[in-house]
Amino acid sequence: MQAKNHTENLGKENRSEHSLAARLRDLSKDYVLSGETVHALRGVSFDVPQGDFISIMGPSGSGKSTLLNLLGCLDRPTSGTFLLGGDDVAHMNDDRLSETRASRIGFVFQSYNLLPALSVVENIEVPLYYSGQLNAAARNRCVELAEMVGLGSRLDHRPSELSGGQQQRVAIARSLVNDPRFILADEPTGNLDSATTEEILALLAQLNDEGRTIIIVTHEPDVAQQTRRTIVLLDGQILSDERLKPWEAGSAQLS
Amino acid sequence: MGSWFRTIKLSIKSLLLHPMRSALTVLGIFIGVASVIWLLAMGEGIGRAAQEQIASLGARNVIVRTIKPSSDDVQDGGYGLTRNDYVRLLATVPTIDKAIPIRIVSQEFRYKTRNFEGRLVGSTPDYPLVTNLVQDQGRFLTDSDLERERNYCVLAAESAERLFPSGNALGKEIMVDDTFYKVVGVMQPRAPSAGIGGSLAAEDFSSDVYVPITTLWRRIGDMIVITKPGQFQRDLVEVSQITIQVDRRERVLQTADIVRETIALDHTLEDFGVTVPLELLQQAETTRLMFILFLGMIATISLVVGGIGIMNIMLATVTERTHEIGIRRALGAKRQDITRQFLVESTVLSLAGGLLGVLGGLFCRPLSVAARSLLEHWFPQQMETLPDLIRTVEPQLVSWSIPLAFAISLVVGILFGVYPALRAAQLDPIEALRHE
Ligand SMILES: Nc1ncnc2c1ncn2[C@@H]1O[C@H](COP(=O)(O)OP(=O)(O)OP(=O)(O)O)[C@@H](O)[C@H]1O
Ligand SMILES: [Mg+2]
Repeated sequence: MQAKNHTENLGKENRSEHSLAARLRDLSKDYVLSGETVHALRGVSFDVPQGDFISIMGPSGSGKSTLLNLLGCLDRPTSGTFLLGGDDVAHMNDDRLSETRASRIGFVFQSYNLLPALSVVENIEVPLYYSGQLNAAARNRCVELAEMVGLGSRLDHRPSELSGGQQQRVAIARSLVNDPRFILADEPTGNLDSATTEEILALLAQLNDEGRTIIIVTHEPDVAQQTRRTIVLLDGQILSDERLKPWEAGSAQLS
Repeated sequence: MGSWFRTIKLSIKSLLLHPMRSALTVLGIFIGVASVIWLLAMGEGIGRAAQEQIASLGARNVIVRTIKPSSDDVQDGGYGLTRNDYVRLLATVPTIDKAIPIRIVSQEFRYKTRNFEGRLVGSTPDYPLVTNLVQDQGRFLTDSDLERERNYCVLAAESAERLFPSGNALGKEIMVDDTFYKVVGVMQPRAPSAGIGGSLAAEDFSSDVYVPITTLWRRIGDMIVITKPGQFQRDLVEVSQITIQVDRRERVLQTADIVRETIALDHTLEDFGVTVPLELLQQAETTRLMFILFLGMIATISLVVGGIGIMNIMLATVTERTHEIGIRRALGAKRQDITRQFLVESTVLSLAGGLLGVLGGLFCRPLSVAARSLLEHWFPQQMETLPDLIRTVEPQLVSWSIPLAFAISLVVGILFGVYPALRAAQLDPIEALRHE
């Protein structure tokens, strides 16, 4: 009962205050491995305002990927509250989670995760297939997105014919195809050289300027420096939460 | 609808990534579906052959034939059906519509310098009626021919051809056993009737010469002496065969029993046999059942083996493509989307097998002819022992066997695809993503 009131209050807050992209309260995630319980996350709480650009850092095994997977609705928390917009993700069933991933979240992986049998455009199209928006206009948008990330001349290439940076740009274009508010990236530049890393970061910054909320996991302080806010995890808990640039400054509103 | 089309396109694409593997997987379904089509075609062929045979022998006919008993039992050389049997049958069995006594003797026929060996058939005017012979020229024998024991004869088509290659046989006199017979008619050609296993051999009407049975009795008599090198044989037979036409089809079997009992009363020897063409139906049913059991077994086994093959390949595919499944799930695919993708893939495989099976089924006629001639070449004795019906059966494609084949392959694809597809869908997205 209390939890419900709490949720309703949060909902009101959302409407009255600046709109929040996500709110995490006391979020924890346990993995049970052969009888032993691993506490990957132990009570993480923070708010993500619309249009923020957050980097998550921390040593290996500190729970960064676990946190990002929860934020990306790939998994459900063991306990705690995770509100995405106004919706309680912890209580969604598998289909609702899938719908949420399809329509509201763009995910970018460290290893790009393109489908090797499909061309650049076809890879960008895949999320449309699952959000049920596959029509001529959406197809045109795929081509536009490919052009936006600088791959207009390689629409029919396979992933294996592209460089790492190019593949990651395809992955970013793919994450944008359903026009999500929320873009999550787990070490998006982890496999790239510094020049390419700069290109990708510029692309993400541009998307953030357009008003999209972005959270990236990174090991590189240089990368974290270019975001608006850095959250450091240690052993599944928040060690620090530091704002580098005010998020209001970006006049972050989606048109 | 469009998304289904896309899913099907996608699955064909991913199946073509491993063409050899997909082709081998399809083999079992191919054999199974082809067997189903063959099975139905064979059954249909046997059924039709039986119907044709019954029609050619007469569905309302009961055939009583003289059978030569073992030689020890024959005392004075006399055996078989008699004129008296014929008269008694007509008098005592009310369901008989017509009864035709037939006496068949091997003879040599001559006209001028031409001659040939054939069957001299003594019979009555109703003979063409019960044997489906059709008049070509002139007329058949008449009652008055019989009464007056006329030396008239009617030629079967081929007999006329042999003695009178230039035609116009009518009015000519041919010589049989030192007696001249005037040709009053010629019959149209007729396909030989089929034999019924054992008691009734196939009958070839092509080299017959028909004369009034009374004339035959008088001129040739009942005694036939056969002299072959080192063998001397006397046969005393009055009637070779009595063909009975029963008034109604339902009474044929019953009439046959009565006929058998009536004749047996007067015969101490086992010197006659009763054959009912209608019984062919039962024989055909048994043969058909045998085929259906045999091919049905092959079909079932290969469909199950084929299905397991599909399941095996699909399970391997699910493992191979776990990472892909993870990516698709992360991009928003629901469990049912994954299920559908893999189910469509297994069904496409199975339908491909079904399609090839239908093609194989369409070729069943030339293939079965080829198979039969090969078998006859390699195993002539074994083939001899097979029933005629099987040796000569012409498979007849049944039109509804094609949709049936597709339905079967659809069911197999879905049935054996469900488990792998569900397994793919149950994968945890994060676990699947980690899988390399
Ligand atoms: N599926 C899982 N099953 C069991 N334990 C897991 C699972 N995923 C993560 N863990 C554990 O949870 C903890 C946090 O893992 P996580 O992957 O979030 O770390 P990370 O911060 O992303 O590390 P890295 O920087 O190496 O990627 C680790 O101790 C890990 O072993
Ligand atoms: Mg990680």
